[in-house]
Amino acid sequence: MRSRPGSIKSNTHAALADPVLQEALAKLKTGFQAKRKIAAANLPEFDALRDQARDMKTMVLNDLDSYLEIFESKVVEQGGQVHWAETAQDARDIVLSICKKANAKLIAKGKSMISEEIMLNHWLEEHGFEVVETDLGEYIIQLRKEPPSHIIAPAIHLNRKQVASAFKERHKELNADRPLDEPRALLDEARAILRQKFLAADVGITGANFLVAETGSFVLVTNEGNGDLTQTLPRVHIVLASIEKLVPTLEAASLAVRLLARSATGQEMTSYTTVTTGPKRQGDLDGPDEFHIVLLDNGRTAMMGGPFEDMLRCIRCAACINHCPVYGAIGGHAYASFYCGPMGSVLTPALAGLEDWAEMPDASTFCGRCEQVCPMRIPLPRMMRAWRERAFERAITPTATRFGLGVWGFVARRPWLYRALVNLGMPLLALMAGKRGRFAHLPLASGWTKSRDLPAPEGKTFLAQWDAYKKGGGR
Amino acid sequence: MAKEPRVGLFATCLVDAMRPQIGFAAAKLLEDAGCIVEVPPSQTCCGQPAYNNGDRETARALARQVIDSFKEYDYIVVPSGSCAGMIHAHYPALLADDPNYAALALSLASRTFELVSFLVRVLKLERATASYGEAVAYHDSCSGLRELGIKDEPRQLLAGVEGLELRELAGAEECCGFGGTFCVKYPDISTKMVTDKTADIEATGATTVLAGDLGCLLNIAGRLKRQGSKVKARHVAEVLAGFVGGPAIGEER
Repeated sequence: MRSRPGSIKSNTHAALADPVLQEALAKLKTGFQAKRKIAAANLPEFDALRDQARDMKTMVLNDLDSYLEIFESKVVEQGGQVHWAETAQDARDIVLSICKKANAKLIAKGKSMISEEIMLNHWLEEHGFEVVETDLGEYIIQLRKEPPSHIIAPAIHLNRKQVASAFKERHKELNADRPLDEPRALLDEARAILRQKFLAADVGITGANFLVAETGSFVLVTNEGNGDLTQTLPRVHIVLASIEKLVPTLEAASLAVRLLARSATGQEMTSYTTVTTGPKRQGDLDGPDEFHIVLLDNGRTAMMGGPFEDMLRCIRCAACINHCPVYGAIGGHAYASFYCGPMGSVLTPALAGLEDWAEMPDASTFCGRCEQVCPMRIPLPRMMRAWRERAFERAITPTATRFGLGVWGFVARRPWLYRALVNLGMPLLALMAGKRGRFAHLPLASGWTKSRDLPAPEGKTFLAQWDAYKKGGGR
Repeated sequence: MAKEPRVGLFATCLVDAMRPQIGFAAAKLLEDAGCIVEVPPSQTCCGQPAYNNGDRETARALARQVIDSFKEYDYIVVPSGSCAGMIHAHYPALLADDPNYAALALSLASRTFELVSFLVRVLKLERATASYGEAVAYHDSCSGLRELGIKDEPRQLLAGVEGLELRELAGAEECCGFGGTFCVKYPDISTKMVTDKTADIEATGATTVLAGDLGCLLNIAGRLKRQGSKVKARHVAEVLAGFVGGPAIGEER
């Protein structure tokens, strides 16, 4: 799950000081946020669809084992193979053995967050395979040896210049003086290189946006069409999907698709929405000879029946990430997990352990915008708070925070003591601040005063003054 | 209304300690609108710092304390969307398994209102009789906006203030970065957020920023002051009640 070293706290400074990242993040407001707002407003039934989608997914989760069995039998009926992976290692082993059996050398990959979650590329490369990412954003960060910084826009932290220099550095076979200033030139170059890879690849690996139980199909949405080439050109196609991607019917999939693109990019639909069922059949013009689906659990069934079950409704649209002010300040890499922002802050501790990841659900103002825009109505702040409660119970919460809360709680639960302390303290602080009315520095408050003045209290507390006011007969 | 409603004013720990004037402004607005206002002396804090840091037991203890202090009133009015939201949206779940307090929490939640929304929704106040001759930017606090759905009410009352010109912020629905203890746990991220907010405020050309939550206001005023800005920060109740003679938040006295 760990994509990078460090923690939010230790990565924040560098993120805030990175001008390219900050420029990219500033565009979220006029980009993804504004576009989602327009797309939602243009569909009068948008909120009703959200309710339907929530109920549909809740129904699936309540009976997930049955839906999974139906899905498996339908895939097998269509000539596909289903592989069950309880852990990330199981999934890696399954994919490796399929690639070995296929005598593969080159593997083309579509965008898949599950492949990040199980760190598949590294594993396959270790075993001698060449793996090429075919989503443009993923391809760029693969060239730069970076993890994605966003679940649907993996290279969002980069600008055109950085892409051009990555291409110049890594595409050594091309003329070093070629112009790469225009986006068109970058696209053409990536397309020319990737086209060769598609044609030469032995195995294609894609993710899945939805698995459809009634037909054994999977749905893939992309804007580049690379996912379709990845699944139709190589001899063997492997789909990586976690078990909660299941929907009951094609109708339910279309409901979710209507919400997905609008919530994600503000599009009504992505450029390509592909429904695939099984391998190539007799008479088909293209398609793979072998069709495999790897169904990954990796901690998800443990989320069922508990406070984090609602998270399994997530369709990975990234609306919560796009609207999160913390993500908007530091970007995805600072989280150090493949899943970032609010969805990542709930999911990462569930999949990889609270001990290592308690900081993620802690780093939120609970502003609530994530829940407001979530198409699946997932109560993200409530779940982040539930993680904080577990962190507090297990004494993972930092000692300083626990100590501060303990002292404050002791006082706040004793109104007479509380009154005595504030009645004494506030006039004193007001006196200390004097005519200036605020503090530029205050011991124990450096977190605040490093960048902000601290307005000083007026003097006597409200309750103390109210007593006097009432004794004087009020107004 | 048949008889004068008896209102328990929950000042909030921040208003009580930092800016009592907001409490008096709230009391004046409520009394002018025909309420009997009382301030129970046993009030301290609504429990949010504990609740949002995972200390559920302390949060529950403070919720029970607030309920005991306020249960006898017709209404509980709070000059803060955040603390009102805590009582209204979170107490019922927090005490759902407490046999002695579950029903009381639900009842209290249904009678608890943020000040400005109480004036408009319950007391049907249509305009405030105040004047403030400045261009004003209004900051919606996240809890008020998203937990309590307060958006139109402050704008409606401010529209009736003589001389006041309201200007909307570009990122009106964005968090200012206060977030309770967030601002000291993640000070650099919080600073980035409040800096975006003050830039939005400056961009409107307004000379005063108003909000319904003192937490946001301390954060915004503190950042504005550090940046050397001339923009003043005040609680919306101060302007509606005409308590604007004294220094604004963090201003020289």
